Amino acid sequence: MATGIRDKVAIIGMGCARFGERWDASPDDLMLEAFTEASLDAGIDRDQIEAAWLGVFYQEQSTSKSGLPLSLALRLPNTPVTRVENLCATGTEALRGAVYAVASGAVDIALAMGMEKLKDTGFAGLPERTKGTFEDQWQPGFTPPGAFAQLASAYAARHGITHQDLKRAMAHVSWKSHENAADNPKAHLRNRITIEQILNAPVVAAPLGTFDCCGVSDGAACAIVTTPDIAANLARNQARRDIVTVKALALASSNGVEMGHASWDGSYTPTTRLAAARAYQEAGIKDPRKALSLIEVHDCFSITELVLMEDLGLSDPGRAVNDILDGRYDRTGAIPCQVDGGLKCFGHPVGASGLRMAYEIYTQLLGRAGARQLKNPSLGMTHNLGGIPNRNVASITVLGLNSI
Amino acid sequence: MSRPILPLRRCSSRTSPNEYPLCPACDVHSVSRGIIGFGAYVPRWRLDRQAVKQALGWLSQGKGKAVGTRSYCNWDEDALTLGVEAARDCLSSVSAQPDAIWLASTSLPFADRSNSGLLAAALDIAPACHTLDSAGSLRAATSALISALTNTSCALVVGSDARKARPASPQELAFGHAAAAVLVGNEQVIAEHLGSHSVAIDFVDHYRATHAEFDYALEERWVRDEGYQKIVPPAIAALLTRCAVSPSEITHLLMPTGPAITTRLAKDCGIAATAVVDPLHTEIGDTGTGHPLLMLCHALETAAAGSLMLLIGFGQGVDALLFRVPTKKPSARPQRGVSGTVTAGKTDTMYTRYLAHQGLLDVDFGMRAERDARTAQSAAYRRHRDLTAFVGGRCSQCKTLQFPYSRVCVNPNCRLTDTQAAERIADVTGAVKSFTEDWLAYSPNPPLAYGNVNIGDGGNVFMEFADVEPGVLSVGLPVRMVFRIKDVDRVRGFHRYFWKATPVGS
Repeated sequence: MATGIRDKVAIIGMGCARFGERWDASPDDLMLEAFTEASLDAGIDRDQIEAAWLGVFYQEQSTSKSGLPLSLALRLPNTPVTRVENLCATGTEALRGAVYAVASGAVDIALAMGMEKLKDTGFAGLPERTKGTFEDQWQPGFTPPGAFAQLASAYAARHGITHQDLKRAMAHVSWKSHENAADNPKAHLRNRITIEQILNAPVVAAPLGTFDCCGVSDGAACAIVTTPDIAANLARNQARRDIVTVKALALASSNGVEMGHASWDGSYTPTTRLAAARAYQEAGIKDPRKALSLIEVHDCFSITELVLMEDLGLSDPGRAVNDILDGRYDRTGAIPCQVDGGLKCFGHPVGASGLRMAYEIYTQLLGRAGARQLKNPSLGMTHNLGGIPNRNVASITVLGLNSI
Repeated sequence: MSRPILPLRRCSSRTSPNEYPLCPACDVHSVSRGIIGFGAYVPRWRLDRQAVKQALGWLSQGKGKAVGTRSYCNWDEDALTLGVEAARDCLSSVSAQPDAIWLASTSLPFADRSNSGLLAAALDIAPACHTLDSAGSLRAATSALISALTNTSCALVVGSDARKARPASPQELAFGHAAAAVLVGNEQVIAEHLGSHSVAIDFVDHYRATHAEFDYALEERWVRDEGYQKIVPPAIAALLTRCAVSPSEITHLLMPTGPAITTRLAKDCGIAATAVVDPLHTEIGDTGTGHPLLMLCHALETAAAGSLMLLIGFGQGVDALLFRVPTKKPSARPQRGVSGTVTAGKTDTMYTRYLAHQGLLDVDFGMRAERDARTAQSAAYRRHRDLTAFVGGRCSQCKTLQFPYSRVCVNPNCRLTDTQAAERIADVTGAVKSFTEDWLAYSPNPPLAYGNVNIGDGGNVFMEFADVEPGVLSVGLPVRMVFRIKDVDRVRGFHRYFWKATPVGS
């Protein structure tokens, strides 16, 4: 009988490159930047890594396929490297691969690296890509903002919320993330902006304006994982009293219902609800509203974060607008969300994002977050929604602090 | 001779759609042949001619008329898509299924790929069907109609054109884009064919060489005096004499020229001035090959029993066709018809948008427009009925209607394998479930509008919207499906079609 991943694997080191329009940095540079930090943090040399997972989404514009780019960038000693890709859940998939490898007992130390080099396309926004030979012939020629904007029209219709109220709550989501990112030296967008600036920005895909959309950034983030026993020994050597362990790793994949069946009304993300239920069970969380110290969710667009607050069970149905405007998810609120600025302002190098979120949780749990440090956090959650509301992969990681 | 003898006559006692036995009671059977269904489609966009004059008036010292509007194709429409919509309008009122699909046009999208075959596929007509492309002259539709009337099939004849006109040319103001369709058969005849007469004369009033983009048109006075006035009257006289009909009996003179020429011609031929029918040039322009059929369809909407209609096609000769509306006129009328589609127009004053949609203004659409739109033809053929006819599947167990068809039912409470039967979604009325207007996505007519559409019976399709201006869409809005260009592959000179949703009222 499977018992889940809770407390079977610990994270002993993490690194994150500075996100942004890194015109100066190649994919290799970004990976080395993240790995150097993680290696120093863990006290683990690259030669001690027994297996590695590399997450890259848009390989066409950066590294090409396979796990080789990581092996080449770090000159790993012919270590087994596996490339994973699962849309915006790619970074979390890399972590999942490494964590499961350690939990299986196959290896003691594994590396998860997520990297994306988006700014070599020559234009703003995410790169264009094919959806498949048949799908291209019938699906709309959508962009991510247009696909996620669908949530707004359906959510407003379902809950009878006015366009103005929804826009105001969406604006608060973005405003809060800009405020948080101002205290994050690694974030892409660190400027503070006003609600009025957000509301008056040009429309990208109605009703989403420029400031309802996250940054398109270059970046990399990584984690070194091992068994709790090894982690405890390493921590003692560094005079640390706590280790960070993985409490849950849950995924849910669309099976075509959202794209093809009327049972979904378009106003929420069913996969997030399923992944959250699985994650809470695996982590032993009975009431997430009380248990979670902080969350990092997939705020690719402001409306996504708004809807996710309900899908993750943190706001009651139809109440996200009120909770957001009440400051519940601000840094000073009951459940701080995107303390590092989120996808919105830290940036969204697709393959790195899941690991970047884990990096913030890890950093906060260990009390290293500097100006944005929360008071005594003990449990944090990351969430990614890969794809579009019509067809996606939802991934959730729960990390917690354990005394040794 | 009271009646023309047609080559082969058909009887209503036929035993199957593909078999037409001669009537057992007579060797020249008594059942008439003629028009049994009609329909039309004019694209929604109408360019205000004053907008053209304002943009280009500096060229002409303010000469020339610029009254009314002309119809034009949105970027995702062409002669084929117009033809599909006209054909659907025509077939909406009749139960008969055509076994021949003929498409007449001088602006067909493909030079070597059966356009009529593609039309038949979009209509989901069974493959055992006689398809034919008729082209090369503005008479292509009337000539095809004569062939259909003297043929044996239940034939759908579609005339369609989306001719380009050089900016600032008289044709730019005069032309329009539209299609019309008539169904020819022997039962429930709305307009009985009394006879026809054709003349072929290489009179070059205008021409367009095979690879040319635009017409080259000759002096209008010469065309009027040496062309219409000398070529058409003898053909009319020959036909009326053969049919033993006096010119004064004609109630409708259906001729796609301007009213001035037609009125003078009517007088010369002894046809009453009241028989001259408005060609709708002020509203939609001269729409080319399909225009005679469009005028016939328009007249049939209101024609009284006993009306005698003279239909003229002109182009390197003349086709003259005579119809009589029977005493007991069947009540069949298309869903929209000419009057419906003409009044559904939306006046546009943006001349540069018109130019861009015609490919006459090389607009910078940004790098996103560089995306490769190559069609995997083997994948397209594998699902060609899905894509061209908009056919999905209906689960025989849970009854869920779904697109695309899949081996495993999409209903989460069913998920049975191989339970789906093909079912057409093209005629479904759906409802908008969610939508956006996307200014980032590449579209030749931004913003790109798309969203989820509830197609009823448990189904949902994520699809593009056609002909919607910003602010028109709302959750719950009823939509119908239209056949449109999906993507253009500029590298390989190909474009593919799919269906889009448009507000029911538009």
